[in-house]
Amino acid sequence: MTVTAELKAVTKAYGTKIVLDAVNLQIREGEIIALLGPNGSGKTTILKILAFIENPTGGEVLFQGKSVNFNNTEKERLQSTLVFQKTTLFGTSVYNNIAYGLKLRKVPKEIRDREVKKALELVKLSGFEKRSARKLSGGEQQRVAIARALVLKTPLLLLDEPTANLDPKNAGILEEVIDTVNRENKTTIVMATHNMFQAKKLSHRIALMDEGKKTEIGAPAEVFGKLSKNLASFAAVDNTFNGIAKVTAAGTSKVDIGKGVQIEVTAQRQGDTAVFINPQDIILSKTAVESSARNTFKGKITEIKDLDLLVKLEVNVGKPFTVQITKQSFSEMGLCLNAEVFITFKASSVQVL
Amino acid sequence: MADIFGDTVKAFQLILSGDPGIFEIVSRSLLFSGIAIILAILWGTPIAMLIAMKEFRGKTIIKTFFNTLIGLPTVVLGLILFLSFSRGGPLGFLGLLYTPGAIMIGQAILVTPILVSIGVSAIESVDPEIMSLAQTLGASESQAQIAVLKEAINGIILSDLASFNRAIGELGVVLMVGGNLEGGGNQTTVMTTSIARDVQISEFGLAIALGILLVIVLFTINVIVVILRRANYLVELAKGPYAKLKRSREAKG
Repeated sequence: MTVTAELKAVTKAYGTKIVLDAVNLQIREGEIIALLGPNGSGKTTILKILAFIENPTGGEVLFQGKSVNFNNTEKERLQSTLVFQKTTLFGTSVYNNIAYGLKLRKVPKEIRDREVKKALELVKLSGFEKRSARKLSGGEQQRVAIARALVLKTPLLLLDEPTANLDPKNAGILEEVIDTVNRENKTTIVMATHNMFQAKKLSHRIALMDEGKKTEIGAPAEVFGKLSKNLASFAAVDNTFNGIAKVTAAGTSKVDIGKGVQIEVTAQRQGDTAVFINPQDIILSKTAVESSARNTFKGKITEIKDLDLLVKLEVNVGKPFTVQITKQSFSEMGLCLNAEVFITFKASSVQVL
Repeated sequence: MADIFGDTVKAFQLILSGDPGIFEIVSRSLLFSGIAIILAILWGTPIAMLIAMKEFRGKTIIKTFFNTLIGLPTVVLGLILFLSFSRGGPLGFLGLLYTPGAIMIGQAILVTPILVSIGVSAIESVDPEIMSLAQTLGASESQAQIAVLKEAINGIILSDLASFNRAIGELGVVLMVGGNLEGGGNQTTVMTTSIARDVQISEFGLAIALGILLVIVLFTINVIVVILRRANYLVELAKGPYAKLKRSREAKG
């Protein structure tokens, strides 16, 4: 097992505020490792240190077996690249954005053109070369940002919440890209996320972060197995709830998530359980619908957020649920804040951890 | 007394007849102010980059200093420069007083605060992540600074344009350090100083003609810059010198 990078008792403080507290972390060659934790747990700081654009206050960082001198990291920066959570693009064309790092590396134009084309194909934006990068939609911009990092083929790729604020279509494309790049190019990837389902789906290992400390590390099954009952509050993500499950006479289970909300699930569970319902699996209606779906709740719309092609709604049924519908449905249904609506989903679409 | 109508007609006649004397003054003005701006850009842009991109003590004071200098009365600056360039002054040995060189240096110093102040706010308004972004894509510190500068290019061009407008329309400093010499080896009469003198000697036709041409010159240059900016030519154009600057910095590094 080769180690690409290693943090040894790395500490980072801004003034008196400690954001990383003696973190030890080994990043193995060819793996996807997810840093999972709530906001402010130090995930982004680790990524910035691994991208060599932030100096640690204490400890040692090894990269490809050598101790990194943070006074001069120009060489190391060519080997590791970070995609920021907030999409930042240069105010120029898509081509110039993606070719930027290649130009710095003095890659000849013909090769540059070919690589940019390939990277755009990978993120499903073929033919976008001449478009003005900042005029693209949010999801497309994030895909350009990923392509700009991928084209460099650095041994270490760092992704900070790569799919945060993206609609499911764009998020899906990016997850596919991350998986492909790791599998085909053997790129080592460190990904910060607060979405445990994404961490579970994509990564080989998960490091749990909390208040600047690494609290657990291991394979997803191992980490989730060890986790305490407040997993859902720890890794806050839409439609994730903690509750107490009871097996019903019908062979399914009901999870009481509080405030009078009981969710029926197909798995047989007893005791502390965390559940997740994909926002796309929830049907929204103005009246109660008769269907085979086992979960129907009445609530009010408390938040409306515009995504690229979709509208994201928060419906409070005692507990807040996130629902995603198309813009067309949203306008046809004449929905507005505080409107009374019903949400419906199948017991089989509830994921149980 | 000025005969406004008669003198205006005379002014148009002078312009339309292509009077060589007038056009010599116009081209001299353009040349002096053009060189002055290039000088000011050469020292003003690095100063603006330094102030905007580096964190140091007294940064706010320095920014306030440059902002204040924009409002410095030009006679005061003219006086300081006159005393510096005069024979007994610290720069007297250069023999610049009443020469085109003095005018160019005077105008360049005059517009430096404008160039620096607008330049600093243009650079500071660039997304702070751009610097880190360039670095994580492999840029050295100077390459990352160039990336930030490119993002601020529209504001930088605006500061250059405002400076040129200020320089070509300047009277006080130009008159004090350049005199108003016509004929001989050192011809220092420019549009503004010529207008001032023409009014004094009641040559209103000539004064009006130069006034009209000054406005036309300013308007034309501004329109050209707007068109070029829209077509993004200036951004492309700016890449040449910046790329060279980048290479020389790398060579030094």
